[in-house]
Amino acid sequence: VTGRVPVLRLGSNLLVALQGELEDAVAEAMQQDLLAAIERSGARGLILDISGLAVVDSYVARVLVDTGRMARLMGATTVLVGMRPEVAATLVQMGFAMDGVETALDVEQGLAALSPHRS
Amino acid sequence: MRTVSHEELEIACEDDVVRVRRAVRKLAEERGFDPFATAAITTAASELARNVFLYAKPGRAVIEQIDKAGRVGIRLELHDRGPGIADVDRVLSGGYSSRRSLGLGISGSRRLVDEFEIETALGKGTVIRTIKWARFSSRNG
Repeated sequence: VTGRVPVLRLGSNLLVALQGELEDAVAEAMQQDLLAAIERSGARGLILDISGLAVVDSYVARVLVDTGRMARLMGATTVLVGMRPEVAATLVQMGFAMDGVETALDVEQGLAALSPHRS
Repeated sequence: MRTVSHEELEIACEDDVVRVRRAVRKLAEERGFDPFATAAITTAASELARNVFLYAKPGRAVIEQIDKAGRVGIRLELHDRGPGIADVDRVLSGGYSSRRSLGLGISGSRRLVDEFEIETALGKGTVIRTIKWARFSSRNG
């Protein structure tokens, strides 16, 4: 991640794959980029794929959850997908609850969760 | 307890936080920590180093590989000459939060490591000493 995060359009959703090491300043820039991308594209859903993040500390976790809340205010639903087992274990051990954002195992299930046809 | 390797890193800017995190992660991976233990100590390093950067810079991180009766561990210490912590109990319970943290920096780190010690004096600074053993569940065994 170098400051600009590639955003992929998939139908009425946006897909973002975060990779490597998310530094604080990059995380903040990413948040702003994503909200701007939602506005520009009129996306209904946002999928944040964090399977490429080996470490998610409380700051990055907060940025991710806040991004989901902000997108929600704009009218888009965020699904956080692909969290690695060791990252999930670490966040729970620290006492961090990812409240306020939906989660799914992978991109496919994330897209299914955003589908208007879901039963 | 034997000290196998020793490394010190300054914490003065945000890049230093990243450097501390990387150094700890590299050591953990080289020493055969499993992914859970690696994520735990790396995350604790990130939280504690950021804490120094945000509230007590400049400081330094001491990163050591230790060996105790064949058990491999990492000792991570954070030293600063910052304002000190007035209410340690509240910090340890996660009672503080700010824009850049959830107040989990110190309390969360404590839950991620096997040994945790904090020594603080108002106006003088803080030392936090932690140890993480290579096995995720080594706390019990």
